[in-house]
Amino acid sequence: MIPELGHYALVLALVVALVQSVIPLWGAARRDAAMMEVGRTAAYCQFAALALAFGALTYAHVVSDFSVLNVVENSHTDKPMLYKVAGVWGNHEGSLVLWVFILALFGALVAAFGRNLPASLRARVLAVQGMIGVGFLWFMVATSNPFTRVDPAPLNGHDLNPLLQDPGLAFHPPFLYLGYVGFSLCFSFAAGALIEGRVDAAWARWVRPWALIAWSSLTLGIAMGSWWSYYTLGWGGWWFWDPVENASLMPWLAGTALLHSAIVVEKRDTLKSWTILLAIVTFTLSLMGTFLVRSGVLTSVHAFASDPARGVFILALLVVATGGGLLLYALRAPVLKAGGLFAPISREGGLVLNNLLLSTACATVFLGTLYPLFMDAVGGGKISIGPPFFNATFVPLMVPVVAVMALGPLLSWKRADLAGVLGRLKIAALVGVVAALAALWLAGTKPVLAVLALGLAGWAVMGAVVDVADRIRLFRMPLSDSISRARHLPRGAWGTAIAHAGLGVAVAGMVGTSAWTTEAIQVLHIGQSVDVAGYSFRLDSVAEAPGPNYTARRAVLTVTRNGDFVATLAPEQRFYPVTRMTTTGAAIHTNFFSDLYAVVGEPAPDGTGYNTRFYRHPLVPWIWVGSILMMAGGLVSLSDRRLRVGVPLKRAVPRAAAAVPPAPAE
Amino acid sequence: MRRVLFTLVLAATLLSGPLARAVQPDEMLSDPAMEARARAISKDLRCLVCQNQSIDDSDAPLARDLRLLLRERLVKGDTDAQAVAFLTDRYGDYVLLRPPVRPATYLLWFGPFALLVVGGGILLWRGRRGSAGAEALAPPLTAEEKAHLAMLMRDEDEGKGRP
Repeated sequence: MIPELGHYALVLALVVALVQSVIPLWGAARRDAAMMEVGRTAAYCQFAALALAFGALTYAHVVSDFSVLNVVENSHTDKPMLYKVAGVWGNHEGSLVLWVFILALFGALVAAFGRNLPASLRARVLAVQGMIGVGFLWFMVATSNPFTRVDPAPLNGHDLNPLLQDPGLAFHPPFLYLGYVGFSLCFSFAAGALIEGRVDAAWARWVRPWALIAWSSLTLGIAMGSWWSYYTLGWGGWWFWDPVENASLMPWLAGTALLHSAIVVEKRDTLKSWTILLAIVTFTLSLMGTFLVRSGVLTSVHAFASDPARGVFILALLVVATGGGLLLYALRAPVLKAGGLFAPISREGGLVLNNLLLSTACATVFLGTLYPLFMDAVGGGKISIGPPFFNATFVPLMVPVVAVMALGPLLSWKRADLAGVLGRLKIAALVGVVAALAALWLAGTKPVLAVLALGLAGWAVMGAVVDVADRIRLFRMPLSDSISRARHLPRGAWGTAIAHAGLGVAVAGMVGTSAWTTEAIQVLHIGQSVDVAGYSFRLDSVAEAPGPNYTARRAVLTVTRNGDFVATLAPEQRFYPVTRMTTTGAAIHTNFFSDLYAVVGEPAPDGTGYNTRFYRHPLVPWIWVGSILMMAGGLVSLSDRRLRVGVPLKRAVPRAAAAVPPAPAE
Repeated sequence: MRRVLFTLVLAATLLSGPLARAVQPDEMLSDPAMEARARAISKDLRCLVCQNQSIDDSDAPLARDLRLLLRERLVKGDTDAQAVAFLTDRYGDYVLLRPPVRPATYLLWFGPFALLVVGGGILLWRGRRGSAGAEALAPPLTAEEKAHLAMLMRDEDEGKGRP
């Protein structure tokens, strides 16, 4: 009964989404308040229906209802509860349920918290949000029903792919989707504003919180995925330039550009048309990410054709959303008036440069991801595009991004004094040089570029520190005054500094592990040891260890340095009998500056030893520390009271009135 | 990232039985210099049955065969370029993770650069107009205006932090 309720709720949500996409739009055109209000009600109803559908599917997975095909294909009674829940979105149909559920959640949030929006804009935003919902719900109801029954029900399921049975991966899709789908609101706001024909500072301020939520979630989602590949793939790789990874990187790059250009719209009322275009493009890239992953087009053009119903549907969806958005843009963007002028060397100039570089980087990833498909489709032969291509094109584009990032926040609006800013960044330059010298001293000259890149990371991190120190006039005022200024510094400024420092930290991590990893691959017998970068790894024992739904072969290693105990490592090989798959559980010991990484694999062909792989990955934890800082920066920025108030404060408020606790909007 | 829902599911279906993890000790050459060359080359070669994995990372049996073949060529005295050419003769450009620069890939290799130049050019051109405008728009502040501004900024600072 419950799965039927879920299915019913899904169809209901589709009908509600249809209402939501038509009535409010019509009402906004007729200036009919009641019809516009339907948008909010519909958004709540759609959310309720999809919460029910999502709940029903989760229930089916939790109680292992094997009369539901989706549960049979992705679950097993022995599977731990965490993965029974995570299994809900660990498959095609379930992940789409999560997708539309989050979409409806954002719609409901706009309905609930969008009180300060003009009624017509809110109605139009909700209508566009409804249209996206219609597309995806239609797709699900037509091709991907998660509630299909099987009769007779089998006794047990096929189990979830063991690679997905991992805590890092259990929560990776929800964050990724919060990011992807969060950008749908930016798209809806852009479309709504284009229909209204008005984009101003207030619009930018309304869009900003949603862009920040989406960006922060996407950052965390991508970081979790890369962390997962780091510890499961057995050698410490954390990014592969795989098309599926690129599909999430592209919206992140475009979204980063969008966050920055929206600042210019908010503060200086210019770059409006470009920001709208970025909002459309960012969501298009999110949709494309879904399309690339879901349609099977990536494996080969032929896999796409083997399940044409789904592939063609998503392609059509992509074309309609992108085409519709861009058409609306072409028709309406000329209406937008350009705002304030600015000199090339100014905060605006810096943000424009940021946008140019990020857009180019995004286009590079786009080319690198889709070019093989394009070549194949036009009969130009099959080619592969892998890390060497991206290292040669994407990485050089990121160097100026990181270099200019330290300057940007220090530049003043309209016209800035570059020499003065560079003067204030002397300490950052010094820190950069020190970082490079430290790398040189610790690791030798080997990759010169890596030494320079580490210097760049130092410059970026210190640049963020200088930015805050400058704003609170640290050491130029009594310390108590500086602390008071720090407390009153807008959260947005704090967020910027934290996120920028985070990127610098992450860059250091990427450089460190790419350039200076030490590796030792060998056969070890019990009791033997091997030296890796000054650490001695000794294989103590290998024994069978039972798990809930797998059997593991666990090795125990003792790591010492100059005879002193450092750590005990226990890497595992897990065998899942239901799927007949083996996974690797690497053992990692971290001291924040580097990771010791150990994998003990199959018994060696001689029958007495084991294939072992040991690594020292310098600075690698910083990749995720930096990513978490970036996400934290986004969240701190989100808590800025200017965003909560929603409307730009009018300076005209008399002093006495300003001291009175203000409106309920707080 | 989402290789999860895809790559590895795919890889997993392609492979059955116990996994051999990437380069194995028994495959490695005794000469460390030659082995280092082999590793460097194999990082840029694609495992043909995998999704975008190099033969150095891949667990697939084919990747193992290619790793062994590559080492065999190096032992026979091939230079790096000859060894790679030996493989591209048999498997085509598809085996290279760094696509060759030829007319069909000009767009791929030079597209980003062209975009940067064109985008930068447009911005510079517009920026010049903009800066001319900005000059006209904003004559430098007089001493009196600066003093007034400083006063306003002070007010702004004091105003901050109130509820």
